Order: sequence, then C-alpha cells, then structure tokens
Amino acid sequence: MSLQSTVAEVLDREHVFSFMTPQSTAKLNVDKNVLLYLEGISVSFDGFKAINDLNLYINDGELRCIIGPNGAGKTTMMDIITGKTRPDTGAAWFGQTINLLDMDEPAIAQAGIGRKFQKPTVFEFLTVFENLELAMAGDRAVLKILGARINGEQRDRLDEVLELIGLKELPHMRAGSLSHGQKQWLEIGMLLMQQPRLLLVDEPVAGMTHQEMDRTAELLTSLAGKHSVVVVEHDMDFVRSLAGKDRTVTVLHQGSVLAEGRMEQVQNNRKVVEVYLGE
Amino acid sequence: MFLWRIMKDDRGGQILLALLAASIVLVPILNGLPSDSALHLPTYTVTLIGKYLTLALLAVAVDLVWGYLGILTLGHGAFFALGGYAMGMYLMRQIGDRGVYGNPELPDFMVFLNWQELPWFWQGFDQFWFAAIMVMLVPGALAFVFGALAFRSRVSGVYLSIITQALTFALMLAFYRNEMGFGGNNGLTDFKDLLGFSLQSNSTRIGLFIASALALAFGYLLCRYLMQSRLGRVCVAVRDAESRARFMGYRVENVKLWIFTISAMIAGVAGALYVPQVGIINPNEFSPLNSIEVVVWVAVGGRATLYGAVVGALVINYAKSYFTAELPDVWLFALGGLFVLVTLLLPRGITGLLRSKEAV
Amino acid sequence: MTIRTFGGFCLLCLLFLLVPLRASAAGDEAVYNEAAKLLTSRSFDEKEQAIRLLADNNHPQTKQLMTLLMESRLYFNKKDDGLYQIDDYETDKPAISLLNNEPVAIEKKRDFKKITLNNQLRSLVRQIQAEIGLKSPDLSRRLAAVREMLGSMDEDALALIRKAYAKEDSATVREVMQIAIAIGELPAADEARARDAVATLAGSLEPDARNALTQFAGSTDNAALKAAAEKALAEIEQRARFYGGVETLYFGLSLGSVLVLAGIGLAITFGVMGVINMAHGELIMLGAYTTYVIQQLMPNHIGLSLIVAIPCAFLVSALVGIAIERGVIRFLYGRPLETLLATFGISLVLQQAVRTIFSPLNRSVATPEWMSGLIEINPVLSLTTSRLYIIAFCLLVFFALLLVLKRTSLGLQVRAVSQNRAMARAMGVRSEWVDALTFGLGSGVAGVAGVALSQLTNVGPNLGQSYIIDSFMVVVFGGVGNLWGTLVAGLSLGVANKVLEPWAGAVLAKILVLVFIILFIQKRPRGLFPQRGRAAEG
Repeated sequence: MSLQSTVAEVLDREHVFSFMTPQSTAKLNVDKNVLLYLEGISVSFDGFKAINDLNLYINDGELRCIIGPNGAGKTTMMDIITGKTRPDTGAAWFGQTINLLDMDEPAIAQAGIGRKFQKPTVFEFLTVFENLELAMAGDRAVLKILGARINGEQRDRLDEVLELIGLKELPHMRAGSLSHGQKQWLEIGMLLMQQPRLLLVDEPVAGMTHQEMDRTAELLTSLAGKHSVVVVEHDMDFVRSLAGKDRTVTVLHQGSVLAEGRMEQVQNNRKVVEVYLGE
Repeated sequence: MFLWRIMKDDRGGQILLALLAASIVLVPILNGLPSDSALHLPTYTVTLIGKYLTLALLAVAVDLVWGYLGILTLGHGAFFALGGYAMGMYLMRQIGDRGVYGNPELPDFMVFLNWQELPWFWQGFDQFWFAAIMVMLVPGALAFVFGALAFRSRVSGVYLSIITQALTFALMLAFYRNEMGFGGNNGLTDFKDLLGFSLQSNSTRIGLFIASALALAFGYLLCRYLMQSRLGRVCVAVRDAESRARFMGYRVENVKLWIFTISAMIAGVAGALYVPQVGIINPNEFSPLNSIEVVVWVAVGGRATLYGAVVGALVINYAKSYFTAELPDVWLFALGGLFVLVTLLLPRGITGLLRSKEAV
Repeated sequence: MTIRTFGGFCLLCLLFLLVPLRASAAGDEAVYNEAAKLLTSRSFDEKEQAIRLLADNNHPQTKQLMTLLMESRLYFNKKDDGLYQIDDYETDKPAISLLNNEPVAIEKKRDFKKITLNNQLRSLVRQIQAEIGLKSPDLSRRLAAVREMLGSMDEDALALIRKAYAKEDSATVREVMQIAIAIGELPAADEARARDAVATLAGSLEPDARNALTQFAGSTDNAALKAAAEKALAEIEQRARFYGGVETLYFGLSLGSVLVLAGIGLAITFGVMGVINMAHGELIMLGAYTTYVIQQLMPNHIGLSLIVAIPCAFLVSALVGIAIERGVIRFLYGRPLETLLATFGISLVLQQAVRTIFSPLNRSVATPEWMSGLIEINPVLSLTTSRLYIIAFCLLVFFALLLVLKRTSLGLQVRAVSQNRAMARAMGVRSEWVDALTFGLGSGVAGVAGVALSQLTNVGPNLGQSYIIDSFMVVVFGGVGNLWGTLVAGLSLGVANKVLEPWAGAVLAKILVLVFIILFIQKRPRGLFPQRGRAAEG
C-alpha cells in the first residue's frame, strides 16, 4: 500500500482502520469435496523459479503425502498456502469461497489452516500447558485474550491432548527444556488444539525413534477424515507406511508436480526414478 | 480476590507493593518529626525518592515492551517527556500573571518572543483535568500512530530500535526550536503551584511523593494484570517466536500495538509526576541517551520481571545521584561499564541472581 | 654553471632591471614629495591635486597610497610631515613610513593625524584605482577591476572602460567590459543601442547587470524596450535559479559525502557482519582526535599532518575496533539487541575517556591552505575547495573499500562468512579471524571519516554522537549489506537535506528527513536496494 493510501485510510472517518477490524472470513464451503485449490502458481526469487506453474488439489478429509528432492519447492508451497510468501501468479483457494491470496498469516490460520514447521518451534519460555493453551481454538482479538479463562470443557480437551502427545506428566515443564522428540510432539499437540480443517505437516518425524514414528503415522492417519492432512516428508519408509495402498502421493520436482498417484504407481514411474536416482 | 489472583505468583511484586504502602504511611510521619530527630526525613530526600519512583514507573513501562514483548525501545524517553511537557504546560498556565512579564495569559517565554496570543495547542491547559487527559493521550496517540505504522509493516528487531531512537531524536530537535512554542532550549520552568498548592510547600511535596508511590503501585498492578493474563503469555510467545504466533492465528501487530500504546501512556504519567518534583522540563529529556539509560535500568534489574525494573531504576538512579555528586568523572565510565557487564555476565539482571528457577 | 657565474648572471639581470627605474626615480621622488605636502593640507582641493599628481605621473606607489586612503590607514606625522601607514592607531603600535618602509613606534597618538577624504575624493580615488587595475598586466587584476566598476558605472567610468576595451586582448576581460559598457550606456542610449545593451546584459549573470536591467525596466517609457528588458530579466532569473540549484546540489553532495563517510564503516560492520555497533560514532571521534594529536606533533606541516593522519586514524580506530570485537561483541553474536546495549556502553566509556584525557572542550584542527578557498565558476556560482576535497575523498574511500571487498582474498572471505558462516568454516576460512578483521576494517574506515570530519567541525567528545543516528539512517535507507546503496542513500539524503533547508530551516529539514526515513523503513524495511532471495526472505 502506498503512503498516500495509508494516510487517506488514517484520515478516513467513516471506517475503522483496516488493521483494527477483525478479518472476517467467508464461510468455508466444500460442496465440491475439494478443500484446497492451488492453480497455476509460480514464484521466483531473483530469477530462480522456486515454484513453476504448480497445480494441486487436496480433497476434504484426505491424507496426502508430498515427496520430492531438495529444492523441489515443498517448503515454498507451504509458505504460499499459509500466507508467508506471495506468489507472482496463480490462484489459491480454501474451499470454494476463501481466497488465500487476499489474506495474511493470522487470517489464514483462523480460517482453519494449521502448520507444523520443519524445525520444531514451540514457545520455549512458556510451559507445555501454556503452549497448548495458546494454540487452543478461540477468539484471538486482543481484548478477548486479555480476559480469557479456561473453562471445564477446554480443560478436558487440554488434558486429552496432553495424554495423546505423551506429556501428561509434564504440563508445567518449560517447553525449552523438552527433548527434540518431545518438542515435535508438543508442536503436533498445538496443531491439534488449533483444530484446523487443513493440517500442513513439514517433516514430522525428523529426530524421532522408530516407535515414535509409528505412533505419529497412527496419529496422522486417525486425523484424516475429520481433517485434511498434507504431509511433506523425506523418509520413504514413513511415507510408505502412511500412504498405504490407496492414498495419493504427489511428487514435486523443480517447483511443479512430476507425478501423482498411489505409492506403487509413483515408485514405478520412470521420471520419478530418474529424478531420485539420477540420470 | 482480584488482587490476590494477579499477585499470587509474584513474590517480588508483593514485597514491592508492601514497601510502597509502608512508605506512603511512614514518609509523612518521618518528615513530620522534628528536624533534630535521628529519624527525621528531610523534604529534599522525600522529593528525591519521589523522583526515583516516577523513574521506576518509566522503567516498568519499558520492561513491559522490552521484557515481555521483545521490542527494544530506545525512544520511551520521548513518551515520558511528552507527558512531562503536558504537565509543564499546565503548570506554566498556573503561573498566571506572577511571571516576570506579568502577562496573565501568555507564559514568559512567549512574551519574550513577542507572541501576541496563545497558540492553539496551549488552549485548555489551564484546566487540570484537560492536562491530565493530555498526559496520557498525547504519548498514547503518538505511540499508536508510530506503532500502527511500524508493526503493521513488520519492522522489528534492531531496525525498530533504531527508528524509535530516530523518533526521540527528531522530537528533541523539534522541541529545541523556539518556533515550536514549548520554550525552546530552556523548556518550561519557574513553576509556582499545582491545583492551587504551592510547589515549594512541604505538604505539596509529600503529596507528590504519595501520588508517585500510588502511580507506581497502580502502574505495576496494571502491567502485572496484563502480563499474567493469556495476553501476557501471547506477548511472551511473540517475543520468542513471532512467526509461530502468527501461524497460530494471533494478530501480532495488534498485540504489539496495544501493549506499546499502554506502555507509552504509563511513561507519560511517569513524566507528568516527574516534572513538578524536579521543577523543570526541557528538550534534553528527549535525548536518545536518556531513553537508552532506562533500558539499562531494566537490564540491570532483570528483564521480564516487573519488580526487577523497579529495583534496577532505584539502584542505578541512586548510584547516579551519588556518583554525579561525588565523582562526576567516573559516572559515565561506570554506566558504560555497567552496560557491558550486564549484557555479558548478568543477562537476567540482579534480581535474576536472587531468583531460583521461577517461571517468567 | 658554477655558483659564482650564476651569481654574476643574477647581478647582471638586476642591473638591467635597475637602470630604467633609476632614470625615473629622481622624478618620482619629486612627485612624491610634492604630493605628500599637498595631502597633509586641510583643503580637499589640495588633496585632490595631490591624488591627480600621483596618478598622472604614474607614480609606482600610487596604488598603495590609494588603497591606504580608501581604507583610512594613511596618516601623516605632524613633526616631519612624512606619510605613514598605521593599522592600529594606539600608543606603542608600529607606524610604517612610506618613504623607506621603516616601522616606528607611535610615541604619542597626537603626533599622527589621519588623512581624510570626502565623498567626491572617494569616487576619484576609486576611479584611479580602477584605472590602475585596468592597466595591470595581470589578467585576474584587470578582471577584478572591471567587476569592481560594474556597480558604479558613470560617464567617467564608461569613458575609461571604452578606452581600455580598445587595448584589451583577453576575451574574458572583454566580455565583462562589454557588460560594463552596456550598463553604462543603458540609461541614456537611443533605442537601437539600448536594445543591443539589453541583449548584452541578458547573457550576463553579474548581479549589477541585473540591477541595471531592473532599473531600466522600471524607468523606460518605451514599451518594446521595457518588454525586452523584462524578458531578459526573466531569462537571467532562470539561469540564476539553475546555478542556485547547482550550488544546492553541490552543498548537498558534500553533506552527503560526509554522511557516506560516516556511514560506510557501519555498512561493513552492520551490513556485512550484522553487528550493531553503537560505538561507531566514537570510532569516528577517535579518528578526529588522532588528527588533532598529529597536528599538535607537527605544527609546522599542517598539510602533511593531515595526510599522515589518514593511515594513523585508520590504525587507531581499527585497533580499538578489533579490541571491542574481541573483548565484547564476539560473545554476543546472534543477540543483536544485547550487542546494541553493550556497544552503547562502550561508546559512553570512550566519550568519557576522551573527556578525561583531552578536555570536555572542543578542539579545533587547522585546515591546510590548499584546502581553503573558492573556485569561481561564474558570478553566482562558486564552489568551496574544501567541500570538493571532501567529495573526492569520500569517493576515494568508497572505491578503495569496494576494491578491498571485491578483489582481495580478505574481501572474499568476508563475503563468504557473511553469507554462510558454517559453510565458510567448513571450507577452511577462519571465521573468527575474519570477523575481527572485518570489524577492524569497518572501524578503521570510521577513523578515516573522522579525519575528514575534523576539517569540517570542531573536534569534541560529542562529535560521534551527533553522527551515529545519521549513519544508521544512511545504512538502513540504502539497504543493509549493500555498499552502493549506502553511497546512493548518503548522497541523496544529503541533497534532500540541503534542498529542504532554504524553506524549512536547517533543523526542520533534518527533522523532515528523519521522519521521511522513519516512514520509509515502514514501507520498505530492507531499504532502497534490498538483498533478495530465499535467504533474505526468512
């Protein structure tokens, strides 16, 4: 926005400043059973095309695995969906009605898209309990969170998630003192508290033991159905166990979709083999 | 009870509030003792402590944004000074025709500059209630506009620090100009009375001391209330992982804006109470050094502990009074050394030394 | 040629020179005595005679005498009736005899009496001075003489110039003479000549030409001529405005150069290393004090001391900078806000140290002669030499730095470390060593900036403080990590400041620029020339 229009906005008496109005979101509409539309998206950094004419559709309630070599544009794609990066061209819609490109990160998060980062980021100075409390779905307006108290129902939900992520014994531990794996779990727990419609999970099992990986796979599968889950992962064993026989796997390469289909199909795709094993 | 709820985990704060309450009762009594009594507290000392308390309030305001929200503000002195100027303008108007030039309407410096009538922005300052509102409104409005611009465009970290410093620097240059109508170089001074009470009298000075102590107590409670709420935890979240908080749906810029504005208003009140006790306000209060000194008080006391900010402000200001009187050359060495030592060796400040592992 | 023959040769030359002088010397002496007698008279008529006598005989001392007369420094001694030059009319001060250039102490003030002039005589003297000037063999003297006359063109002056014009062979002088003639002719000329005169004046930027035109436009009855004169005036006005603009630009560039000099060291420490060094201003101050000290050590070689000071200041500031980096900053990498506070503390210590060692008072550093003076481009535009040096120096430092960063192995390592520390280390770059050297380089450049600043302002403990905010503004405005950005930002801020100054005043201009940058950073937090790419997005 130019300086001029900013001044005009500040001087405008008729309307509340745009940065003070809660961003009202249109109601999510998934009539066509598709939750996320990415169409013709391109983005480049200094001439380098990170995403090149990407088309991707995620169905409602689907669990989708996305694989791809380094630099395929997986993280950039997540940045676009969550509003961190603006694409140069293309369209991104959440359901039929919500245009993601018009919204910033908090608005997108409130519309129902949750994201887990590659490197676990939790609020280190807050306790496990407080981390989950902040993630809890609810009104995020400043005055509302000033007076917010936890009610019984929310308390139960918190306990439930604590149990689920295996941190029931440590609710008052500082998040900063948790082990790497525990932080991963805590972050997943925070995602659950957020109750998003769409979960974007970036390399969830990095730094986890095999048992933990199995539990994570189990958890993510159980989430599918009620939520849509997009998992970006390098670990092929994990993807295989997650995708099973009938889930769709998408392969990204150089910023666009190289192949899409069931795990076996993808694995036997010549182009995919070339990309992964080299020419 | 409300007080109990917000103070129950705050040991330092409880002690601080108890001490403030005690001082409100004891100081007038000790001051009233005959002057040859060993326990007599001279009025001069009372005013000095009152001044420290206002500075402590400023430190609390800075701790609110720096300690909890991670905004290193190098321009809070500007809000403090603006509050001080608003109070100073009221005190100037109170002088009335007792000034050197005896003009009932215009302050002396305006007569001296050959101004014919009162500038519009001086209107209304003859009323205490108006001045009192302005003490909070002007710093608040400036902070709001500045913050709205800065936080929305996600200026953060050192960039924000530098532009807050530029802000107070620009204001200092502006207030040095005679044309601004705030007394230029000399600022506002020669105050006579406040609400009809002479500023020279003992009782007014005691009254100002009590007002400062109450303001500190209320400011402390307000900040404590904000910080123990979920909003406070969001602040800490923003401080430690801003983008994570954003991806969780929190409007980081709004959180910052509100806290920053509230903090500026508290600083304004501190400035307003400071001015009648020192008897002068001039553009030097805007100097970047002043603002950055406040940050050191907070750092020395301990970031993100509100009582730490109070302790830091009191300790350093006492040291400053001592050094500037006894060893003026050493003071800047000491202050400069303190900056380095605290950041290198005492990241949690002196209260951090006393504290065991306690939740923030 | 041996020394002896050389000496002989000189003697011979001297003799040749002396012979013609000798011949007229006897006549000059008589004229001088006669004139001196007449000058001491009370009557202004006799004084006039004396002046004319001197001028008509081309007496060699005429010029000196006229100057002294005009400046009221010519006295005569009542006892011996001799003429004396007295600069300071007080007891015990020297009075210099014009006969033999011997100084005598004034014993009693009343022995000496000033030779006074009336207005009529003054104009006569002025005319004679002009005449002498016009005949001078020195081109610049002649030019100055014509210029001098522009303001007071009357019949006599006109005649004088016309006469000189015929003999003049320098095109530059002839040009100014034409203007003088046009000014002289304008009031009384017929239409055709007036038109020519207006046309001549239209091309001139001399303020006197403008005055003459204004006066003419106001007084003439001829509408066509009046219009022509007004048109010429508008033309002149426009050109004057243009040169005024050029001058503002020049001032702006020189101020901008100072800003660039102050900021460029910071562009390295802040831009390349990401370290906030609030003591940067004090490193500049140290450079300025180094200049001061070196000048104290060699008081007789001011110009040389300045040149010696450049490497010295670089070394002093660089060493202090390295000490700061090794002692404090390296423990705080990755914690920019703490670095800011700690270095601010260091800046306080350095300030106080300077106050204790030198004094809290400002010190002034002398400017060598080759740096003071003016380069006159035309009557409305003259450039101060010192500013020119500053601009040149700034560009020199800038390109030297660019060369160091782009072409040396240190520069390569610096860039490597700043882009990816871990990778650089893995490749065998000693990153700690590079950090220290980079910081030293940035600090050293600050010291060099201090040398330049010592030529512009007084050197005092607060010198650094007044530049630190400006320096940060320049670096942030230009885009962090981009030396070219710093150059463009510094120069454009300097120009903006000077452009705003005439209608806003110096202080307000500065405030406006600050406010502008504050708003600008909100809009483009990464400055004018941001570093782009995935790394910068994070």
